[in-house]
Amino acid sequence: MKPIDWSTKYLTALSCILLMSLPTLASAATPAERGLEIATEVDKRDTGFGDNKATLEMTLRNKHGQQTSRTMRNTTREQAADGDKTLIVFDSPRDVKGTAFLSHTHKMGADDQWLYLPALKRVKRISSSNKSGPFMGSEFAYEDISSQEVEKYTYNYLKDETIDGHDCFVVERFPTNAKSGYHRQVAWYGKAEYRIWKIDFYDRKNVLLKTLTYSKYNQYLGKYWRANQMDMVNHQTGKSTTLAFSKYKFAIGTSDSDFTPNRLKSAR
Amino acid sequence: MINRTSYSLLLLSVMGAFWLPSATAGQWDFDGQASLETRYFPYAPEFPSQKNSPLSPSVTLEPEFVYELDNGNDRFTFMSFARLDADDKKRTHADLRELSWLHLGSSWDMTTGISKVYWGVTESAHLVDIINQTDAVEDITGEDKLGQPMVNLNIEQDWGTLNLFVLPGFRERTFTANNARLHGPLPVDSAHATFESGKKARHIDFATRWSQTFGDVDLAISQFIGTSREPRLIPQLKNSQLILVPHYDLISQTGVEFQWTTENTLWKAEGISRMGQGKQFFATATGFEHTFYDLAERNIDIGVLLEYLYDGRDVNLAPVSIANHDIFAGFRITLNDTQDTAILFGTMYDHHTKAAFINLEAERRLTNQLKLKLNSRFITNVPSQDPLAYFRNDDFLELKLHWFF
Repeated sequence: MKPIDWSTKYLTALSCILLMSLPTLASAATPAERGLEIATEVDKRDTGFGDNKATLEMTLRNKHGQQTSRTMRNTTREQAADGDKTLIVFDSPRDVKGTAFLSHTHKMGADDQWLYLPALKRVKRISSSNKSGPFMGSEFAYEDISSQEVEKYTYNYLKDETIDGHDCFVVERFPTNAKSGYHRQVAWYGKAEYRIWKIDFYDRKNVLLKTLTYSKYNQYLGKYWRANQMDMVNHQTGKSTTLAFSKYKFAIGTSDSDFTPNRLKSAR
Repeated sequence: MINRTSYSLLLLSVMGAFWLPSATAGQWDFDGQASLETRYFPYAPEFPSQKNSPLSPSVTLEPEFVYELDNGNDRFTFMSFARLDADDKKRTHADLRELSWLHLGSSWDMTTGISKVYWGVTESAHLVDIINQTDAVEDITGEDKLGQPMVNLNIEQDWGTLNLFVLPGFRERTFTANNARLHGPLPVDSAHATFESGKKARHIDFATRWSQTFGDVDLAISQFIGTSREPRLIPQLKNSQLILVPHYDLISQTGVEFQWTTENTLWKAEGISRMGQGKQFFATATGFEHTFYDLAERNIDIGVLLEYLYDGRDVNLAPVSIANHDIFAGFRITLNDTQDTAILFGTMYDHHTKAAFINLEAERRLTNQLKLKLNSRFITNVPSQDPLAYFRNDDFLELKLHWFF
């Protein structure tokens, strides 16, 4: 009978424990790594949804409380190795009915964007560098509504905090694109499901500009969470915009050829 | 105007609705717009034959009716346009802008019937855009189009998008009435237009276009073979009076479109090479649009436009072009407010004749269903040899109130 080599067994067990605890040790290493780890987990939990569509009602309020609203339909198709492809078709105000906005977002570099003007039946390639510009005159900038990719920010874990009963990680994120209208953002991610509950946007001078809150979450395909309401408040102008989503549908069977400039003419 | 072939096409597109599996319930959509407009001509007309009424009101109606089947994979569209004009009896007209059946396949789609197609990238000229005839009584910008009968197949592949067109049924250009503003000194006899093709307006035209996106660059090459959308105006004696008769030549035209989209600048070029109207000639519009975003941190965008236009046609053998050696400079102001207020200002300057065409377009939404537009077209410094000379007293301001229903 071979004598038991206790030292080998002990060493194996020790290295197993060490290996298992390595990620924890690493994530505890710096706030930047911990922040990236949280953002990566958020992204991972939303990977694989395939495609979806929804109806949006956008309500714009000025500081006197006067309201205007617009409605649009949004179709998104996930890309395996790149940012999502998104098509937005406007229903109201009536003068822009049928206008369509196509966006091929990219993890790195500028997004590709096209606009379809139904009166002329004209498809225009447009520049995507105006990231900080308002979307449809609202408090949402183009960069707020475009596909949120991990690579678009660098991260910094700040602290844990409970807001509205949600136990959250608070992560600071810095846009990697120089054209961003923000110096930084502070995001609250729920620890339970990695859902985002709130973002504070700081302008280029690092002054608090806007706050976005997410509510009315629903789960689709038993996995993917979507907020049915997003409220953006501009602290500097007193204006606000509410985005209300309805008729969310997943697994709608789109193909990449539904997201080409040629197909914009048939977008409805 | 619309011949037998196009009637058959129409019938086919309507019948298409009944061939389709009727199990899926269709979806109806009816909407449209109407407008109240008035033009103000500050100067008396150039020619004694022209009616002198400084204020010229007009009304339009444009209903649209869409029926969708199979989750929108089959769509039937009806869109007509009608105008009632107080002063120009030719501007009082109606047109079937669209009556078509669109079928969406997995990587192809097909339009059968009357429809509209836009090609091109530049702002000051629409050289490449050739599928539809210009509805020239609407405006002098050439952007209003008549419905064109077509069978159009589009194929999407990795190597790009291929559009194939069979165009039966030629649409003749519209002309303002002989006693109306924006008309030359000689009457135009548009009822007796002549054609190079023995088949006249029944000649079947063909067109194809390939387009592809290469990162920041969009490229398209097109070919058209058929009846020129631009007529030549041939002087003739009729009852011992000199008149102009539109003549439509058979042409072959190759078009190229290019756009390079960089951060704040869109670099644009389009050009054509045309055979069939005198010697083969080349024409281009080339330039850029540079946008300054978020001016003074008030979300205001200002775009600066600069384009150069060249047209090598022999004006004795080809239809007249107003942009032979022209510089177009303009700007676009977008306020990005809730009313989507926008202003477009442009000047087309002919550096040979020194003539200038100044154009201003402003628009603002009033309510969810109302929109106000203000246009002005000014022609200045025109020497008598410039083709714009006939219009030099026809500067006008135009106010339009659109109601969307």
